[in-house]
Amino acid sequence: MATLHTRSAARLMIAPSVLLLLAWMIVPLALTIYFSLLRYNLLMPGMEEFAGLSNYTYFLTDPAFFQAVFNTLAIVLGVLFITVVGGIGLALLLDQPMFGQGIVRILVIAPFLIMPTVAALVWKNMFMNPVNGLFAWLAKLVGLQPFDFLANAPLFSIILIVAWQWLPFATLILLTALQSLDEEQKEAAQMDGAGALSRFIYLVLPHLSRAITVVILIQTIFLLSVFAEILVTTNGGPGTQSTNLTFLVYAQALLQFDVGGASAGGIIAVILANIVAFFLMRMIGKTLEA
Amino acid sequence: MARNVSTQRKLVTTVVAWTIGILIFFPILWTFLTSFKTEAQAIASPPAFLFFDWTTENYFEVQSRSDYFKHFMNSVVVSFGSTLLGLVIAIPSAWAMAFAPTKRTKDVLMWMLSTKMMPPVGVLVPMYLIFRNTGLLDTRTGLVLVLTLINLPIIIWMLYTYFKEIPGEILEAARMDGASLAKEIIYVLTPMAIPGIASTLLLNIILAWNEAFWTLNLSAAKAAPLTAFIASYSSPEGLFYAKLSAASTMAIAPILILGWFSQKQLVRGLTFGAVK
Repeated sequence: MATLHTRSAARLMIAPSVLLLLAWMIVPLALTIYFSLLRYNLLMPGMEEFAGLSNYTYFLTDPAFFQAVFNTLAIVLGVLFITVVGGIGLALLLDQPMFGQGIVRILVIAPFLIMPTVAALVWKNMFMNPVNGLFAWLAKLVGLQPFDFLANAPLFSIILIVAWQWLPFATLILLTALQSLDEEQKEAAQMDGAGALSRFIYLVLPHLSRAITVVILIQTIFLLSVFAEILVTTNGGPGTQSTNLTFLVYAQALLQFDVGGASAGGIIAVILANIVAFFLMRMIGKTLEA
Repeated sequence: MARNVSTQRKLVTTVVAWTIGILIFFPILWTFLTSFKTEAQAIASPPAFLFFDWTTENYFEVQSRSDYFKHFMNSVVVSFGSTLLGLVIAIPSAWAMAFAPTKRTKDVLMWMLSTKMMPPVGVLVPMYLIFRNTGLLDTRTGLVLVLTLINLPIIIWMLYTYFKEIPGEILEAARMDGASLAKEIIYVLTPMAIPGIASTLLLNIILAWNEAFWTLNLSAAKAAPLTAFIASYSSPEGLFYAKLSAASTMAIAPILILGWFSQKQLVRGLTFGAVK
């Protein structure tokens, strides 16, 4: 058991991290709340005045806001759907005996290691470009009109790019979990006459539930704040069709210099993220305890 | 007992898996190939896959035109700096939580993780203004500080899960033999913890290298790491495919290689030890 001496030493060792994270949580957030109550534009210094909740009403009644909330959720859910379903499929495939499994793993994992700006630009220019992109060439090859992905389906294109980056992550984690499944259990089920499908539903899927939860939790944290992919591909457009909450606040702050409005938007983003986080933490708490 | 798998089935699986693997990898392969083409070949239709005049001219062009090496060094300094600083702060904390847990340790850990839940835009405005007013905007120091803070919870969690696996009895024994706290850490804990610390280091360098919210918003010309350097190719230079490809290849190659070596640790680290 820890003695009194080690306990106070322990507290001393934890203190720097806790204090730093506490400061990181509280100081900027308090400032954001303060700014959100001001009429404050960087282009008009010295004109700051108390504005009450008008920044919030401005933000919440802006049609772009609802589009941004919708887009944020669409990106999170779309990418989660593709990566979880695709990840389970890929993990099951990679779990089979084959030649050169190590190399396939290396190929599959690669997109996750690519920085978002590179991934987005490569997809935008070399694949989705309606004139010189590879997709345009493929379309012409089979006699179709090239499709301008980022102009006509901007949100869908961004979901594709982001899903490509996160599919390896889901696959890798699900594969790791799959490999810890007891081989004898599978054989026993097989001996008892369980088919491939019922083995998957009653044995493999429950075994993967913890890993799936982890994938959802961690991806959601990152997906709520997708930014670079939007910045270098569509810049939120056309119009606000591919603007998510993160991008909307960024545009308000650093393109329109509206500190007050952007701060209100930031606070709303924090509140929404907390609602999502609340459910996620409960979910993960349950699975991780087990 | 090993399953009896027919060679035929194994062959089919191999073909399917390789096809999917190559498809997923293709954008990266294509970028790599395009980086050795001339601009005209890069947009040629039908596209040339392997039979073109290979040239390394693009790489020199990118270096001389937009000073790749400066941005590379910024990335190195920022990712290594923030990871090392994070480790210095996190190691004592993780050690204390793993070996002298209290009733509140779990809550503290969960709370630390929850700070990651805060969307960065929530604090973008004040961070930008603080950086502007303190002269940290567009400096490596500023980026190191921010990235240290955002990755600190992950570093602590990772270290915690690794430290948890070190048997406590060994530490007890060292303590019985009269080792002081400092000695206990240096001679007993550190050697056993090195693999965990190394994995944490690797993963966080990857995360910091690819971080693209704060690096894009808090840097301009001077301290811009490779993420921001590539973003500057957004337009109109992005239409020069060969040069874009050369710049991209140089930006991702170091971390791709590092990542391939550490794929096992990647899983553990990113799931906070929940999946091993």
